Amino acid sequence: MRIKIYKKEGISMANNTKGRRDFMGMALGGFTALGGIGALYAMKRTWDPLPSVKAAGFTTIDLKDAQENVLVVEKWRGKPIFILKQSADMLANVKEEDKKRLINIGDAHYIVCVGLCTHLGCIPGYDAAEKSFLCACHGGTYDSLASVTKAPPPRGLDIPPFKVDGTKLVLGETGPEYEKMLADGTTLKV
Amino acid sequence: MKELKIFGIVAVFTLILYWGVEPFAHSQMHKHVKGADLVYNGAADIAECEQSKKEMKKTFWADVEKIAALKGDAAAGEASYAMCAGCHMEGAANMGGVIPPSLEHAGAIYDKNFLIALIKDPAIATNVDHKYADTMTHPMGSIKTMVTEAQDIANVVAYLQAKKAGEVTPKEAYVEACSRCHANRYGKLTQLGEIPKTKSNIATGKDIDAMKYQEKVATEEASLANYLGKLPPDLSIMIRARSEHFLHTFIEDPQSQLTGTAMPRTGLNKEGMEKVFAYLEETGDPSKPLREETGPKVLIFFLIFTALAFLWKKSMWKGHH
Amino acid sequence: MAHFEKAKNLNEWMDQRLAVNTLKKVMNTEYWIPKNINFLWAMGMVLAATFGILLISGIFLLMYYQPNVNTAFDSVNYTIMSEVGYGWLWRHVHGVGASVVFLIIYIHMFTGIYYGSYKKGRELIWLSGMGLFVAFSAEAFSGYMLPWGQMSYWAGMVITNLFSGGGLHADFLVEWIRGDYVPGQAFLSRFFMLHVLLIPLAIIGLIVLHFGSLRIPHVNNQDGEEFDFAEAAELYKAGKVKESKVIPFSPVFLSKDVLVMGVYFIFFFYLVFYHFEFAMDPVNFDPANGLKTPAHIYPEWYFLWSYEILRPFSTNIGLIAFAIAQVIFLALPFLDRSPNVAPASRRGLFKYWFWAMLIDMMILTFMGKLPPAGIWSTIGLIAALTFMALWVALPIITSREKKL
Repeated sequence: MRIKIYKKEGISMANNTKGRRDFMGMALGGFTALGGIGALYAMKRTWDPLPSVKAAGFTTIDLKDAQENVLVVEKWRGKPIFILKQSADMLANVKEEDKKRLINIGDAHYIVCVGLCTHLGCIPGYDAAEKSFLCACHGGTYDSLASVTKAPPPRGLDIPPFKVDGTKLVLGETGPEYEKMLADGTTLKV
Repeated sequence: MKELKIFGIVAVFTLILYWGVEPFAHSQMHKHVKGADLVYNGAADIAECEQSKKEMKKTFWADVEKIAALKGDAAAGEASYAMCAGCHMEGAANMGGVIPPSLEHAGAIYDKNFLIALIKDPAIATNVDHKYADTMTHPMGSIKTMVTEAQDIANVVAYLQAKKAGEVTPKEAYVEACSRCHANRYGKLTQLGEIPKTKSNIATGKDIDAMKYQEKVATEEASLANYLGKLPPDLSIMIRARSEHFLHTFIEDPQSQLTGTAMPRTGLNKEGMEKVFAYLEETGDPSKPLREETGPKVLIFFLIFTALAFLWKKSMWKGHH
Repeated sequence: MAHFEKAKNLNEWMDQRLAVNTLKKVMNTEYWIPKNINFLWAMGMVLAATFGILLISGIFLLMYYQPNVNTAFDSVNYTIMSEVGYGWLWRHVHGVGASVVFLIIYIHMFTGIYYGSYKKGRELIWLSGMGLFVAFSAEAFSGYMLPWGQMSYWAGMVITNLFSGGGLHADFLVEWIRGDYVPGQAFLSRFFMLHVLLIPLAIIGLIVLHFGSLRIPHVNNQDGEEFDFAEAAELYKAGKVKESKVIPFSPVFLSKDVLVMGVYFIFFFYLVFYHFEFAMDPVNFDPANGLKTPAHIYPEWYFLWSYEILRPFSTNIGLIAFAIAQVIFLALPFLDRSPNVAPASRRGLFKYWFWAMLIDMMILTFMGKLPPAGIWSTIGLIAALTFMALWVALPIITSREKKL
């Protein structure tokens, strides 16, 4: 926002300052730099995502009409969200520890996760016959609980912050079930 | 010192230039309207109106004074209020061009004498009677025949001041006093209320609920524009589009600033005016607090900067003069 | 390939490749400025600083501004002013800066006229400076369109209508400039392009020319004295800084520049935070409405004097007078027939010409703001005629000036 004053260190411009350090110039330069930092802070804040962007980060999804083994895709914060209601045989074929990823509402079990591959962000496709996800970009695969079965993705699909509200899920708000998933490492923060 | 003299000349010419272009020119372009200090006694109305109406208005406002002197019974007023609630209710429909505003805090934000006058004759009270051959045709005109007795009017107003008062937020004041005609998009308000959150259809990318809401708003606006002659402006940034004095006097008596306007007087009292202004500042100048906080810091920075610059200049110029 | 020895330090490394030490001497430490100057000589740097501030605040506004007729107004007045972190600060700085820059331009210009800094070898400095005035005017006008308020729209309508040439009825030209029958999306987009890219590039080019044309004739001084810069420079370098008539740009002249800038920034930021309505006119806080002209319509203050020259006359004469007023200042070095390079106070009748011109332009400015009625339009007409008369008188006055 202002012309930076270059600090002169011991350079003799006029003969009257030959050999002497330009203390005042350095003091002025230093003080100006402080102002520059203030200006840089304002500039950084201008780059910040807008409050309306952050406030728009809530989506409500009604799960009651979901069908078993039929992938439903919604949108939250501009990202695709996978909702997959689990059938009995889908649940039979997965590891016990991965069942922590499930959201249980009444008798039904769901996987709700961000549909972006944890490798580099492409959207994996779901094969209902195979009951698995395949990411076309680099060949990563996930099982029906969206946990990783083949590299390169480093972990299962991330679970967004959610709150259970009857048969509805509010994405963007957090409830106790989500807090638990964060605490025991089932998912990373999205 | 010669430089000081030169600086003085430059400063004087700059100040004269500023004076001519700003304060002087604006004083010539905008007549100064005095305003009535939120006293609703019809003095301005009587002065402004045509000769044939002056007597009628004098009598009208004198009657208002008489009713104001009566002691109102709030309990009795509650029964009469039922006649108001028939139109002024939650979710009311458009009646004769506009949706009747909520009266939830009417006792707190409107002036007592104004409320009395409003029940006696809405068109005269709001100073738009020149638009009507018969003031009964005002959307609220029929109240004249429904609450007729002076004591009844005093009771209703007493009821409003007792039960329809209480703490009112700036937004509530705006919604009740202004928003039936004036949208405020920065505050996410339309004439129908707050803009609801809706979701797009994921397959088509289109938000049908939002479109339906917009259609309702557009229909309401068409009705308003028809009733008033033009659509009242959105007030999102009005606080910066007009001076505070203009807005104050305009809201108090629209005719004093824009003769012939369709805008009715709102009858806001001091509290109501303050709350409405606070909301207008919220939507139109929300950075004001931070601006007033940051200003002194920046100015102090440059005062110190200049002091240091002066010392640097002195050290660089030593021996040169 | 030239021969390169191993450098002993970073400074020598850079000097071998970019001649940084020579550059430093030529542009800073051995760029000689006369000592006989006052703070008005700092206005050029103040302008450069203000241009820099406009550029930087403009960059941050550009991140959020939307050049679409439906969203432009709210992108400025809602998104930038209330949502963006410190958005209001960039907007205020940019608006106030755009207005104050013209105050400094006029001070800088009239300083040049007063001290005769446009004569005898300095004509190109004057011409490139006037080119900068024209470029800044175009930049200011195009920028004013962008918020798409009532003043933006109607200023756009009126100023582009000038190009119909009055009696010539060149409506096709007006429509071509607008890209449409009225100022609309095409108009907004192209003026956005001009404001953000083309004119800033032109300004930067003209600044380079302006600085370049200053080098050989050297900066003027308070007495218009012609002296041997090389001799004065040697005296300075020998340590006789008091006797020498020159000072090096850096750090001596620069230190005074910086002091003047400090005072300027106090004034500037006071306006930014506390007193900005003159620069952000309330009328432009009404969204553009093609079906309603505001009751009081006027250009920004720095255009008022030339607006007032247009107004008192009938259409065609007004346009001719207006056109003359835009270019006549360019002719100053050539209309001034006197060889004297001296302050106006020592130039006989030119002294009165200078103050008459300054006061006349101020009167034109005041009248340009007022509604064109009654006594104001009479005064405006007299002032406009005086303006023309002064320019006719200039060659006559100066050709009779006694040689100093």
